[in-house]
Amino acid sequence: MIRVVLPPHLRTLARVDGELELEVNTPVSQRSVLDALEAQYPMLRGTVRDHITKLRRPMVRFFACGEDLSHESPDAQLPEAIATGSEPFLIIGAIAGG
Amino acid sequence: MSRVRVLVGTRKGAFILTSDGTRKRWKVSGPHFAGWEIYHMKGSLVDPDRIYASQTSAWFGQIIQRSDNGGKTWNTPGSSAEELKGPDGMPKGESNNFVYDASAETGKPLTTHQWYDGTQHPWEFKRVWHLEPSLKDPDHVYAGVEDAALFESKDGGKLWHELAGLRGSDTGPKWQPGAGGMCLHSILLDPSNPERISIAISAAGAFRTDDGGKNWRPINHGLHSEYIPDPTAEVGHCVHRIALHPSRPNTLFMQKHWDVMRSDNSGDSWQEVSGNLPSDFGFPIDVHAHEPETIYVVPIKSDSEHYPPSGRLRVYRSRTGGNEWQALTKGLPQRNCYVNVLRDAMSIDSLEPCGVYFGTTGGQVYASADAGDNWKPIVRDLPAVLSVEVQTLP
Repeated sequence: MIRVVLPPHLRTLARVDGELELEVNTPVSQRSVLDALEAQYPMLRGTVRDHITKLRRPMVRFFACGEDLSHESPDAQLPEAIATGSEPFLIIGAIAGG
Repeated sequence: MSRVRVLVGTRKGAFILTSDGTRKRWKVSGPHFAGWEIYHMKGSLVDPDRIYASQTSAWFGQIIQRSDNGGKTWNTPGSSAEELKGPDGMPKGESNNFVYDASAETGKPLTTHQWYDGTQHPWEFKRVWHLEPSLKDPDHVYAGVEDAALFESKDGGKLWHELAGLRGSDTGPKWQPGAGGMCLHSILLDPSNPERISIAISAAGAFRTDDGGKNWRPINHGLHSEYIPDPTAEVGHCVHRIALHPSRPNTLFMQKHWDVMRSDNSGDSWQEVSGNLPSDFGFPIDVHAHEPETIYVVPIKSDSEHYPPSGRLRVYRSRTGGNEWQALTKGLPQRNCYVNVLRDAMSIDSLEPCGVYFGTTGGQVYASADAGDNWKPIVRDLPAVLSVEVQTLP
């Protein structure tokens, strides 16, 4: 299982508390994690990445294992610790504005 | 006894204010959707418990929320397990999917509009400014969006498609964003003619369809805007708001960037009715529930000083359809008041006498239960108010 942490506003929208656990097809990448997330929580479609282009929204970031993976290819394999579920995949709302 | 429900959209959430018909004691619920910008909420006239809300965020984009029980609970249409499934059997969750129609069938490819630097710029969806439920069917609702376009949903907000004839009209490349963005903010449905819709865009002007949204034409003849190269141009006017009374749908009222205007021929031509207003700049304009020639505006000092003249918050009422205006001040702050009242932040109930409501960027929502003669704040310290709609309930 892949562990995913949503920003608070998206947890409220998806009506979940704490971390999510998702079944994700291999290879585990940003794209496969987000595909699984949106399949299980359709109300999140369009909030993390664009509906059509599938590009990450500008003020959303992806962190994992102490690294900012936001600019990695959506199809790049995520670290092993994410794939095994020992570390969570963090979806972050950028710190900006009020 | 009748009741009223006031739907307030703010920069940081939604609030619902309710009272009985006396409109003296209010219950405040919220914030709903805390932390999100709620540009607009509006209930269906056919089913007042059906309310649509535009929930937006610079971080997470656009969400459409719907309540089927008068705002007690909310859902994102099409996202529950039993709704609108895709080929994989999962709910489609496309209620926030606003895609400009560039299909060959409509013949309206994704055009460009004028950008701030004078170059052409492709349309890019940003948010929903205004939701207008149909007068007949609670599942049918229109959305005015930024970049300016009109969308509709016929399934309660699950799926949206663009009425592309508007954006694809010949004048599209001349439209340009105002300071707040290029937004379609006013949608007037004609109760006597379901094929006729009038809309307004900042900064393009007003437009009308007489065939249910297939074809549109600008209705800006008579507008005069010194701030554009050709002050009487067909498009390019910064219309802030248009309004009508359902008993006289051919008479339209307009608050423009500067100037208060009226038309008695569905927008074919306009005359200025600013009269004795202390400033004819402002944002909202609305019409009395029972007197179609009684209208309300909130004058603002200027386009660069968005607060009331002399720090005195005054609603102006004309009982003559314009030109002759009376300041309404009882209960409103008459010194050191420097708030703004945004274009969608005024509404009128249909009780007798009618109630008038408006919200400010300072977070106050003021109400008058006697058509504007006397005012009291319902709440004083909300986040900046973006929109106010009132529902009159049985």
